[in-house]
Amino acid sequence: MRYSAWKIFWEGMTGNRGWKPVWREPEPKPEYDAIIVGGGGHGLATAYYLATVHGKTNIAVLEKGWIGSGNVGRNTTIIRSNYMLPGNEPFYELSMKLWEGLEQDFNYNAMVSQRGILNLFHSDPQRDAFVRRGNAMRLAGADSVLLDQDGIREMCPFLDFDNARFPIKGGLAQPRGGTVRHDAVAWGYARGADQRGVDIIQNCEVTGFQIENGVCTGVETSRGAIRAKKVAVCVAGSSGRVMAKAGMRLPIETHVLQAFVSEGLKPLIPGVITFGAGHFYVSQSDKGGLVFGGDIDGYNTYAQRGNLPVVEDVCEGGMAIMPMIGRARLLRMWGGVMDMSMDGSPFIDKTHIDGLYFNGGWCYGGFKATPASGWCYAHLLAKDEPHPVAAALRLDRFRRGAMIDEKGVGAQPNLH
Amino acid sequence: MIINHPLLGPRDGAEFTCLGDASLINRPDWQSTDADEQFYEYLYLRDNPAGMHRELWYHEYGDRSWLVVTRDTLTHDITKVELAVDVARREGRGK
Repeated sequence: MRYSAWKIFWEGMTGNRGWKPVWREPEPKPEYDAIIVGGGGHGLATAYYLATVHGKTNIAVLEKGWIGSGNVGRNTTIIRSNYMLPGNEPFYELSMKLWEGLEQDFNYNAMVSQRGILNLFHSDPQRDAFVRRGNAMRLAGADSVLLDQDGIREMCPFLDFDNARFPIKGGLAQPRGGTVRHDAVAWGYARGADQRGVDIIQNCEVTGFQIENGVCTGVETSRGAIRAKKVAVCVAGSSGRVMAKAGMRLPIETHVLQAFVSEGLKPLIPGVITFGAGHFYVSQSDKGGLVFGGDIDGYNTYAQRGNLPVVEDVCEGGMAIMPMIGRARLLRMWGGVMDMSMDGSPFIDKTHIDGLYFNGGWCYGGFKATPASGWCYAHLLAKDEPHPVAAALRLDRFRRGAMIDEKGVGAQPNLH
Repeated sequence: MIINHPLLGPRDGAEFTCLGDASLINRPDWQSTDADEQFYEYLYLRDNPAGMHRELWYHEYGDRSWLVVTRDTLTHDITKVELAVDVARREGRGK
């Protein structure tokens, strides 16, 4: 079924009796050409692009819970491509370009809203760093605009410009950044993949890998063994414990990141705003809630909840740049588990086991990467060679000393 | 989170920072023939378990001691707290 304004009108006139479930609930087949472990945004995008770009449809996506139950439904919905390093920026810019055509491509309203992202700076050295970043973005084909204080005042008059400790001196904006309805991304990719024959199998947990003589030939699941020529893992925060079943240790620690939503307010915040002197970012959802977050908690955890010190830290960051946020009441807060890599950058790569592929280490930046991650992972699975923009995102880069450390803090995941 | 400091008693988790897996105590021998491989594994690879995890915490806003905390990464329950120096000595490291 193709969605259109006419379809909505027709269904409205005929009692909405014609809507069909968006995807099937198939039983797992005994064998597939490829199995994707993890039905989150990245897994579903991978299946979608394998089907649409590479014409491969004998594929299953195995999901432990239900579609959208993991980080694709827990993030703060921000999309941007304001990275700096050569191994990263072309990849994220590909992602931004895919976001821009996504809804027309998969015929689903994902509410892609390019309302812009604004990174504030508070000192002259920080301005220099942002100029450098803005130029690096432009070299990779992204957009960036350097704003002075007057430019920010025009856009966000409510900020605390004359804060005694961290006065706002200006900002680096990416007008093409913005927000996307995150659940709709999962649903749209799932629907698109399912329509082309991909089996999306929910409530099917992978409990082990079938590995014979260094070749992965399938998986053991809670719904029986399934054979496959290729097994592609992308399970975000669970990367460590899933790959441990294949005997692999990863350059990844799992941490929790908390996110917060206030009560619904009238339109207030024009885009996404980030604090340059602490860790705080905020946007406003279409329902009016202020969506904000900050640092990870900083210790290993698989519990999808955090602790109060970080709640306090995030709220202090909010008060420092927009004191009026203190009048808003917090409606909800939650946590998602992040696969924090040793340099803050992700992996899309083969493993040393033939037929076993790994996609992970997205830290707290996986959502914006969803389309490009799926695009490049599908390319790797179909052609057995990395996509040019993901060629640096390799598992062996630490051994080779080829880290992609945007923040320059070294092998300490809780500082990225 | 409350960490029961072996010397100071129960302290607020906010006084501490976490470094990561307690295996970081076991720095490889730089003179061994495969030192580069050992240091790669030591520095970059992690067990990252879902369950009991021994990890290094630093009492930054306190007595500046390093602790080895045994904590469940699924529930955040802390079952054991030791001074890192005691652990290191027991494992034959340090003086």
